[in-house]
Amino acid sequence: MTKDWPLWEVFIRSKGGLSHKHVGSVHAPDGELAVRHARDVYTRRMEGVSLWVVKSSDIVASDPAQAGPMFEPAESKVYRHPTFYDIPDAVKHI
Amino acid sequence: MTPSLPTIEPEDVRAADKARHGGDFDAPNAVEWHPALFDFLLRLGDDSLILGQRLTEWCGHAPALEIDLSLANIGLDLIGQATLFLGLAGEAEGKGRDADALAFHRDVLAFRNCLMVEQPNGDFAQTIARQFLFSTWQLGLFEELVHSAEPRLAEIAAKAVKEVRYHADLAADWVIRLGDGTEESRRRMIDGLDWHWRFVDELFEPDAVERPLIEAGIAPDRAGLRGRFDETVNRVMDEATLPRPDYPRGVTGGRSGHHSEHLGHLLAVMQFLPRTYPDAVW
Repeated sequence: MTKDWPLWEVFIRSKGGLSHKHVGSVHAPDGELAVRHARDVYTRRMEGVSLWVVKSSDIVASDPAQAGPMFEPAESKVYRHPTFYDIPDAVKHI
Repeated sequence: MTPSLPTIEPEDVRAADKARHGGDFDAPNAVEWHPALFDFLLRLGDDSLILGQRLTEWCGHAPALEIDLSLANIGLDLIGQATLFLGLAGEAEGKGRDADALAFHRDVLAFRNCLMVEQPNGDFAQTIARQFLFSTWQLGLFEELVHSAEPRLAEIAAKAVKEVRYHADLAADWVIRLGDGTEESRRRMIDGLDWHWRFVDELFEPDAVERPLIEAGIAPDRAGLRGRFDETVNRVMDEATLPRPDYPRGVTGGRSGHHSEHLGHLLAVMQFLPRTYPDAVW
């Protein structure tokens, strides 16, 4: 049965104000049941207040073989990190 | 310095007003139980216990991991309800039996569950048919029990009603998908509903045990739950494009201990460990 069902990626919002995070995937015949399966598989211990599911095949992903050109150019751009400022001692939360 | 006396708070005054007179004023007030409540709580508890135990049989055998967890979750919810109902039943009986004693040390004739919950699982469609019919009925019952004049019963119902709403919705989703699915899933769904349909009437059967509880506002009149049940069943069957099953006469008897042969086998599996090793702990 499972082999006939599409795969769905599951995202959980753990509490109000936080963003949905990817937690795993489930098999299900349609979106509605994918939400039920996600509820039964991933929220048994009060892990969340909201669920998203999205068909895995609908996700457009970057190509791991292209990781070099995609991500390495950022490595030499240390000036993009905000680390060149003196933070006054009085400022606590930055 | 003179020690100061503790302040008398308004809730202390209220507690003192309620206390009994005659010297034992600090003993807790004896709870008054309706004499029929024990029987009624056994029915509620046994329904949940037996179906919960049946669903555990799917553990590791369901058609998919996701369904395995769905069915186990429902089973655990039901066993949780049974623990509360049977615990309260033990208190109402007042003979020192707790939920475990009632679950594991009663014999088949003393069980008061309806016949539907003890039926074998069959295939997935037959299990879903039972879950759909039972949870739809149980939802209507618990929605009424929330207003019970017995507050401790109302509290259990208030906790359980949310669980049961999910069970009923999940089962209805599956009835629709199997009924309106492939040729095979449709055939199996029709067979599953055919198996269980003869046990529906028992769920709504009026009965002398519950009559005084209905009059006392503790239990709802189960006959009155039929309309809403039929409405939901008809709506789901229509959406599933399934024919409404028809059975000439309902089979009854579970509420008075006349069970099918299936219950004894279920109890043998469920009860053998605590009976063989009475002091076993987890």
